[in-house]
Formats: sequence, C-alpha cells, structure tokens
Amino acid sequence: MLTNLKRVFHFAFIDFYRNKGMSVAAIFVLTITMLLVTGLFFMRGVSNFLVETIQNKIDIAAYFKADTEEKDILTVKEEILKDSPDIKSIKYVSREEALNDFIEKHKDNNTFLKSLTEVGENPFLASLNIITNGSTAQYEQVSNTLQKDEYDTFIEKVDFSEKKGTIEKIFSITSNINKFGLILGAVLVLVAVSVVFNTIKLIIESSKDEIATMKIVGASTWLIKAPFIIQGAIFGAIAFTTCLLVTLAVTYFLSPGLSVIMPGFILFEYFILNLWMIILIQLGFGVGLGIASSFIVVRKYLKV
Amino acid sequence: MIKFQNVTKIYPPDTTVLHDICFEVKEGEFVSIVGKSGAGKTTLVKLILGLEEPTSGSVFFAGKNISEAYGADLQEIRRKIGGIYQDYKLLPAKTVYENVAYVMAVEGKENEEIISQVPKVLEVIGLAEKSNNFPKELSGGEQQRLAIARALVNHPDVVIADEPTGNLDPYNTYEVIRLLQKIHQSGKTVILSTHDREIVNKLGKRVITIENGRVVRDEEKGRFII
Repeated sequence: MLTNLKRVFHFAFIDFYRNKGMSVAAIFVLTITMLLVTGLFFMRGVSNFLVETIQNKIDIAAYFKADTEEKDILTVKEEILKDSPDIKSIKYVSREEALNDFIEKHKDNNTFLKSLTEVGENPFLASLNIITNGSTAQYEQVSNTLQKDEYDTFIEKVDFSEKKGTIEKIFSITSNINKFGLILGAVLVLVAVSVVFNTIKLIIESSKDEIATMKIVGASTWLIKAPFIIQGAIFGAIAFTTCLLVTLAVTYFLSPGLSVIMPGFILFEYFILNLWMIILIQLGFGVGLGIASSFIVVRKYLKV
Repeated sequence: MIKFQNVTKIYPPDTTVLHDICFEVKEGEFVSIVGKSGAGKTTLVKLILGLEEPTSGSVFFAGKNISEAYGADLQEIRRKIGGIYQDYKLLPAKTVYENVAYVMAVEGKENEEIISQVPKVLEVIGLAEKSNNFPKELSGGEQQRLAIARALVNHPDVVIADEPTGNLDPYNTYEVIRLLQKIHQSGKTVILSTHDREIVNKLGKRVITIENGRVVRDEEKGRFII
C-alpha cells in the first residue's frame, strides 16, 4: 500500500514536471479563478460597508413642542425602545443642547449668530434622534409609535414621513445591489469553474492514449486515476499559494488609497479579519476544484 | 487457453465485423490469424483483451468469460496477456526504462525487483543505452522491441501480437518474428495477427484465416491463402 502510494505521488510529480507548459496553464487558470472569487468576497465586504454607512446616515427625528416636559419625552423614548428593542440607537437632544450644537457648528458665521440674537429666544425644539437596524419595517414601526394619538400633544413633527421616499429608495437600491452582486457572483463563479474544468479536461485529454495503454496493460483504476488527481491537487496548491500572496500584497498596498475614498474601511484589516474565510474559499476553489475536475475527467476515459 | 464460442460482433447500426466465430487456442500453441485489412483481426484481439464486448457468443480466457469480467477481474486477465501492437502503444510521457518499470509496478512488483530486472531486460533487447530516452526518440524497430520487452517482463501466459511488423522494415520484421518464435519456444502461447504472407508461410504453424468476418480455414500447419 505504502509502495503504491509512493508510486502514484512519484508518477504525479514526474508528469507535472514533464508537462511544464500545461501545468503552468492550469495553475494560471486556477489562480485567476481564485482571484476572481476572492475579489467577489472583497466586493461583498465593500458593498456591505457602503450599505451600512448609508443606513447609518438615515435617521428619524421626532421634534417635540416647546412646552413639552423632559419626562414626557423620555416616556416616548422608553415606549419606542419597548416596541423596537433591537433599535440601533436613540438619542435625546434637549432644546439647550440643540442650541449649543448650532452655536458650536456656526461659531465662525456671524450672520447665523446675529439672526439667533434677533429671534431673541431659543428657537430649537427638543428631539429624539433614532437610528434603526436598517429595515424599512422597523422605520414604519418607530413611526407608528411616534404617531400614536396620545403623543399628539407632545410631538410637533416627525421627520420620517418627509424622508420616507428617500429611505425606501435607498433600501431598494441597496437590496438590489446585494441581489445583483449575488447573481453576478454566481454567474462569474460558474464561468470560472467551467473554464478550470475545461482546462484540466484539455490537459488530461492529451493523455487519453496513455490512459488507454495503461488500461490494456492491466493497471488498476486507482493506479491510473490517482496521479492525475494528485496533479490536480498540486495545481491547486500552487495556485492557492500564489493567490494568497497576491491578495496579501494587493490589500496591503491598496488599503491606504481605499481608506481615502471610503473612510472607515481598512482593506488590509478586512483581509486579516477574514483570513481564515479567504483561505477556505481559496483552498476550496483551488485544491478542491483541481481535484474534482481531474477526478471527473479521468473517470470519463476509464470507462472500459 | 483462449476460446471463441459462436462470437458475433456487430457495430451499430448494422456493420457485422465478426460472424459466428468458433475456435480454441491451446496452451503453448503458436497461432497466426490471417486475413485482409478489415477482415476483423484487430476486433478479435480487442475481444480477447476485453476492450470490446461480443454482440453474441462468448470469449473465454483460462475458463473465464471475458465479457462477464469487470474491474479487478478484467485487469487480472489483461496482466496475463502480453500485447504487441502495430502502433506500439507505448507510454509517450515515460522513458524507455519507465515504460518497462510501469508494467512491473502494475503487477505489484517491489521496487528492488524492478530496479534489478528492468536494466537486464533492456540489455537483452539492446536498449540499455537508451533507457532515459522517450519513445518518440526511438526508431520504429526500437519502439517495437521496447513493446516486446514490456509485453514479456511480467512473464505473461499469452503473447498477442497484432500486426507487429506493420510499420517495420524487413530487417526489423525478421527480428520481431525471431523474438516471437523464441517466446514460443520458451513455452508461451503466441497469437500473431498479420496480413504478411511471407511471415506466415515461413513460420509453418497453425493458421486461422478470416474473410469477411468468418473463419474460412483453420489448418494445423497452414499457409497464407487468400
């Protein structure tokens, strides 16, 4: 058994070395496939980051009438938290805080500050700024709570209804981006898998006569099949190493530039955080695909 | 040793290559199967190796029905047959040494035996100095000698030569036939499929003549008559 195992590994390495041109072609195709799949993984990461960033920027602001007491506002806050416990954040901004924020924001602009003096009193209203987990349903729920009749006496206006159209549009766009990305990814992966399969098929097809001769001299199926499968694994292992190194280099060098375009998204950090997943994907598509393709193709030529 | 029992082979849709073939080859016999090109000689060889299945009838090897043998059984039968072919059927990506070593590995021989036997075999057939060459770097005669070495190295029960001299010059043809006679003298069963009149007449052994897929003559000390 051990002798046979050593033999098939020996045959596989010898064939790999002697068919250098074809081996390089197979490794190249596998590497491109793996880079494509890895690229799709990163695209998903970027798209998730962008969607999350956009969703975080959409909030609901409920403005309370000037004479509303703080305890009533906090009651409304509690009510919202009770109805929607998985809400991302809810912040109470008092009239004074709103005024201070405005002054701080426009401290260098005299026109704004003068107009404030002319008004004479604090024109800002207390508010609750709410950020949901991102679903339109939760927005609706929060809105319904705020529009309850019992709060009519406190609430001046809710900003949700004004933003509703935009919010729905953004959710529709982000959901479409996700769907489109998923379909495009699946199509690209299918194309890549088929290219790899056909490349390995072409390589093994060139050994068709050799396989036929091996059968005639009485070689066992295992002795014929195993070297091709091991070769597939070698192609995959080399492609995997190449791909991982390329991914490491690309993410390291692109990271600073990308952070300028997308503040908060550090590509290299994303790579490190998802390293095991990336290794799994690359190994699956490299070694797995190499072995599976060889297995299926050799089987076809062994049918006698 | 080998028995054809009412064997008919029809390739779809309706090309009958062999029609009701019946004959038996006994152990230690030297049998020439002769016929024009397309008579069905190669199909006979393929049926013995289990590379084709008869449409009807049975082919037996050492009592085993070949068309009912699959997997390990079929591989076992093929290992007992040394094949020599017109197109040599060598392993092009393996060296001369590896071509011989491969069939020994197929038989499950230990590395020590392979390392000691292969150089001896190559010495006998005069290819020792070309052991690291690939088949495409050999002449036709050398390739056929290598094929013979490969066929014999595992001491098969039967040697089947299918048009072994088809691509060779007269000198190499003579060499190959001389080797086949030697193999027969060592007690092996030899089946030679050929359309070379001169070879058959010189051998003076049993001749089975096939015409249009039928056995038309089977003579103990036959001649090439078509």
